[in-house]
Amino acid sequence: MSEITSLTAARAAAAVERGDLDRRELFEAYRERAAADDLNAFLWVADEAPSTNGGPLGGVPLAVKDLFCVENVPSQAGSRILEGYLPPYTATVVRKLVEAGAPVLGKTNQDEFAMGSSNENSAYGPVLNPWDRTRVPGGSSGGSAAAVASGSAPWAIGTDTGGSIRQPAALCGIVGLKPTYGAVSRFGMIAFASSLDQAGPLTRDVTDAALLFRHMVGYDERDSTSVAFPEPVALPTAQRLDGIRLGVPEDLTGEGVEPGVMERFEATLALAQELGATATRVSLPHADYAISAYYVIAPAEASSNLARYDGVRYGLRSNGHDLLSMYTQTRHDGFGAEVKRRILIGTYALSSGYYDAYYGRAQRVRTKIADDFRAAFESVDFVVTPTSPGIAFPLGAKTDDPLAMYLNDYFTAPMPLAGIPAISIPCGLSEGLPVGFQLAGPAFSENRILDAAFALEQAIGFDGSAVRD
Amino acid sequence: MIDREQVLHVARLARLQLDDGEVTKIAGELSSILEHIEKIGELDLDGVPPTSHAVEVANALRPDEPRPCLPREVVLAQAPDVADDGFRVPSPTA
Repeated sequence: MSEITSLTAARAAAAVERGDLDRRELFEAYRERAAADDLNAFLWVADEAPSTNGGPLGGVPLAVKDLFCVENVPSQAGSRILEGYLPPYTATVVRKLVEAGAPVLGKTNQDEFAMGSSNENSAYGPVLNPWDRTRVPGGSSGGSAAAVASGSAPWAIGTDTGGSIRQPAALCGIVGLKPTYGAVSRFGMIAFASSLDQAGPLTRDVTDAALLFRHMVGYDERDSTSVAFPEPVALPTAQRLDGIRLGVPEDLTGEGVEPGVMERFEATLALAQELGATATRVSLPHADYAISAYYVIAPAEASSNLARYDGVRYGLRSNGHDLLSMYTQTRHDGFGAEVKRRILIGTYALSSGYYDAYYGRAQRVRTKIADDFRAAFESVDFVVTPTSPGIAFPLGAKTDDPLAMYLNDYFTAPMPLAGIPAISIPCGLSEGLPVGFQLAGPAFSENRILDAAFALEQAIGFDGSAVRD
Repeated sequence: MIDREQVLHVARLARLQLDDGEVTKIAGELSSILEHIEKIGELDLDGVPPTSHAVEVANALRPDEPRPCLPREVVLAQAPDVADDGFRVPSPTA
């Protein structure tokens, strides 16, 4: 690997700032690697470095999940139904990052419309895990995670609805941050479940996550759910965790978690205590209902959001003998199996006579889950769990069992339901594959989360260079 | 729990054509997923308000002033079929 691409994004930006590194040379080093990517992580790679006007991100190129619209760049959400779609506008978060000096390197593969935990639901083929090419990278931001882990991108953005940033970050051995709901504009981010979707960074280390996140936040008049971030995003510096109280959910006993993952989780918890943190048990009595509530709310909102794909204005159109059959045939041909399942579950849950029993109840469960976290944060600073119950699984292992696939989200689904931020950092290997450690905090506690994650990261000393260099 | 007829009814509501093979497979899959989802039926939720958005925000209003939108030709450039400066679709009653 070249010296250029072995630098973290923050170090590369600093080298450009000092005049030690040329922006075009930096872009070209990554462009070459992205173009040669053999993990199917990229769906589109830029031809050449765009002309830049500088900016604090130093020209460090950015991999962008296919879910984000980028003007005149294929933006297909991993779906056949958007085949050939070239958006006439750019998502706010991408525009902000480009303006801050991070030009778009390429579009990354993903599960179709961000529905999946393995990237096997992409219409453009699965992404391979750089640690073991017979295994999944996680999903839905699997392309972004694999690109960063394998060093074909210095950093990337993805989206998280039930774990789609944190779980692939965990399975690929990188850092992934799901921000507080509303911290980052959703304008131009192709909608999956609007009350849960949130964009965030996938990076090699915690410092890069903080640097990228700093330029992602902000109120956008084009997203009425966005809010101004209440303080500047700081670069993390903490070396110790003195006085930090960590809460481990009472029902996290190891049941349903792979032993190797649990072992890494407990070792990391012990390390945190050596750094001065305390660990106690916290009660989150409704967390066990999160998957059930999530798989009502997310499909319900998706069934409504995906109604727009009808073959009229953009993307795929199939022939029909009349208007209705054109709609139904286009949707038959354009959507993959998982998207169809979710549209049907969501339509069922919202249909007459079932709304109260499903969507109405799920929204009340959501209140209980948010209340559980609020109560927990009165006695602890962060709730910590393994990010995923298991390490990266073999391609095809769960494709015939949708419910088994959904249970991958067990530890990551509660936070989007509560709207709170959470980070996954690599905390070691199990069977030679990365394990993620998750820290969740109250709304807008990203600075504190990043600081604590940074201190832990230094102590863990995880080295992902084996699959990158 | 979910039979073929119900799947077809929901698919009609969702404007989704399904193949015969898909209907049976999906009926089985939806049944096992719904069984898991129905876990939320165990909880006593009387008096619990629903959460629609996780972070409280008041209605975001702006003055109703005309602003430029995307040019017609830019939008129509993405359309599968165009006629007379508009989207062309098959007749609803063909």
